[in-house]
Amino acid sequence: MDRQFSCLWCLPVRQIGLNGRILDFLNKRVLFVTGKGGVGKSTVSIALGIRAAMEGKRAIVVEVSSTENASRIFHQADVGFKEVEMSNDFWAISIDPEDSMREYVLLQLKVKAMRDLLFRSRMFTYLAAATPGLNELVTIGKIWELAQLDRKVKHGRKYDLVIVDLPATGHGISFLQSPRTFANIARMGPIHTQAKQLQAMINDREHSGTVIVSLPEEMPVNETKNLEDQLSDDVDVAVDRVIMNGLYEESFSGADLKEIKRLGKNDDPEIHAAGKAAVSQCSRTASQKEQLERLEGLVKAPVTTLPFIFKPEIDLSCARKLAEEIA
Amino acid sequence: MSSIEDVLEGNRICICAGSGGVGKTTSSAAIALGMAARGHKVCVLTIDPAKRLADSLGLKELGNEATRVDPKLIAGHEVEDGGELWAMMLDAKETFDNLVARHAEDEEARDRVLGNRIYQQISGALAGSQEYMAMEKLFELHSEGRFDLLVLDTPPSRNALDFLDAPSRLTQFIEGKSLQVFIKPTGFAAKVAGRGAGVALSVLKRLVGFDLLADLSEFFTAFSGMIDGFQDRAHRVSALLADDETCFVIVCGPQGDQVDEAVFFHSKLMESGMNFGGAVVNRVRYRLGTRIPKITALTDKLEPEFEKEGLAKEVARTLIEYDLLAQRDEKNISRLREDLAGEPVIRIPYLDTDVHDIAGLSVINEYLFTDEETRVELATK
Repeated sequence: MDRQFSCLWCLPVRQIGLNGRILDFLNKRVLFVTGKGGVGKSTVSIALGIRAAMEGKRAIVVEVSSTENASRIFHQADVGFKEVEMSNDFWAISIDPEDSMREYVLLQLKVKAMRDLLFRSRMFTYLAAATPGLNELVTIGKIWELAQLDRKVKHGRKYDLVIVDLPATGHGISFLQSPRTFANIARMGPIHTQAKQLQAMINDREHSGTVIVSLPEEMPVNETKNLEDQLSDDVDVAVDRVIMNGLYEESFSGADLKEIKRLGKNDDPEIHAAGKAAVSQCSRTASQKEQLERLEGLVKAPVTTLPFIFKPEIDLSCARKLAEEIA
Repeated sequence: MSSIEDVLEGNRICICAGSGGVGKTTSSAAIALGMAARGHKVCVLTIDPAKRLADSLGLKELGNEATRVDPKLIAGHEVEDGGELWAMMLDAKETFDNLVARHAEDEEARDRVLGNRIYQQISGALAGSQEYMAMEKLFELHSEGRFDLLVLDTPPSRNALDFLDAPSRLTQFIEGKSLQVFIKPTGFAAKVAGRGAGVALSVLKRLVGFDLLADLSEFFTAFSGMIDGFQDRAHRVSALLADDETCFVIVCGPQGDQVDEAVFFHSKLMESGMNFGGAVVNRVRYRLGTRIPKITALTDKLEPEFEKEGLAKEVARTLIEYDLLAQRDEKNISRLREDLAGEPVIRIPYLDTDVHDIAGLSVINEYLFTDEETRVELATK
């Protein structure tokens, strides 16, 4: 299976003929993926990364905030604060604030003696512990660095697209707001300048954007609407797509359902069970359809749907399947 | 096995903990409703509940105070005498402001903190401040003694552990221990002003700017008079979490990573000496039979039931796919039971419709407030 996919990737983009639509938002330089907890942000981020690679781009998926947030897929591949190639042109990195802080100081202070002094005194670590938002700021700083065509770190690879798997809703919003927060706290000096620069990157609608992941259920749909408003009004960032994840395929018509419901009276336990599973599937599919329509009426960004995957655990092969489905 | 009522027996506080997106808010509301219906005076504390659930509880105009849910709304749910349902939406910032006001020596000290730019940023955003403020409110309501039971829906955090760590993280922050290096021995403000400033400090100053350091210094100075009050309070809040009459209910889903997290959180609860009541697993696909045949055999069996071509196969496929996930759920939950060493595990089925009103909560309560045998019967009938 894997082999087959990597062969496909070698072909020029147009020959793949992936559902014929141009995914213009993949032409941006940075995409932040967010949504309510448990909607599948990590899987969708990885799927977007794979899809971008399929379209001939070099993409990197960034996971923020150390191990607690780690997706299973990243965990299994042992991704750390180092750019790792997961498959052809699809890269991954997990950003730890302390490592970013270190790298930041390295890039800022050219004089080695000064850097050593700062590290030895652990002052920066102390400062980070006392200053709200500094960790988020340096993490965004690293994201910015990854997105540069002229990378700051030695031997840095160029990426066409950086995809950031953000923390869930509230934390995700404060993460994106941290440059502004910080520019307000530190009114001048290098950190202020840097914060302003990062804020400009986030607000740059031509090169940066967000993708909101949702589920076809009441609460995630409501939260998606609020999130879109907050992102475009408060954070002032482009919302490029809403991805409705986990949609069931509509397998039965109304007439079918009538037939299926008769199975409920059947004495055979297997037939009875099949009837129950199918009726419940119909009911879920119908309520999902309602929620999808509701979402489409609520949000301004285009909505893309992804199918529910009937697999016990979501792994890299599921993410690949989803990558092909993104339209 | 037990009903949630047995789990909560003798407790005055129920803390529903778990990672985001597992149905914590719904579970908390259902527990509170069910206990109220059983004659208790219950208050559920929640942060940002989904709007329709809030509406259904009549919560839309609520501020930071407990408000009684209109008895008419819960009538028809066989509410016993004395049963009352109260609810409140927590406003973390307002709670923090009140806490500052309580501990400030005078109005001037209070205003100095409330007006500080660093404070304004942290009171809403500091990691753990939302969690701590939820505990603080819980403590306040508990001290008032107005309710038989308080149900706390913990704030959505990345990790359930953030909740347990919140008091120590907040006090450590306020104590400004990490900043002591800057302050000692002559006081931070003096150093920032340049008198006797160390080389490292001047490097740092060049990097982050004079302003930030000065503001931080001002903030910690303004707070210094309140540290004792805050610490004392945080100790008492922590003690309440470990109280004999407080129990934790872990809410999770049946997927592998969700169960991993529940198991991990349970071990942390044990380490910290907290009382664990049980786990509520939401969206469980109960198995509809232990031996589901292969798709061809099942299709053949279903064929005589349908006239339309292909329908039998489609129905068979639906059951097979369902069972695939049901088997996963069964495997993960038996692992959970094993790791929880006999503590109650209550499985709420993956219902046919979303739950966002009192009627939906009542459906959940048919499962929460009964024994395991009845649950299986209900879920598979």
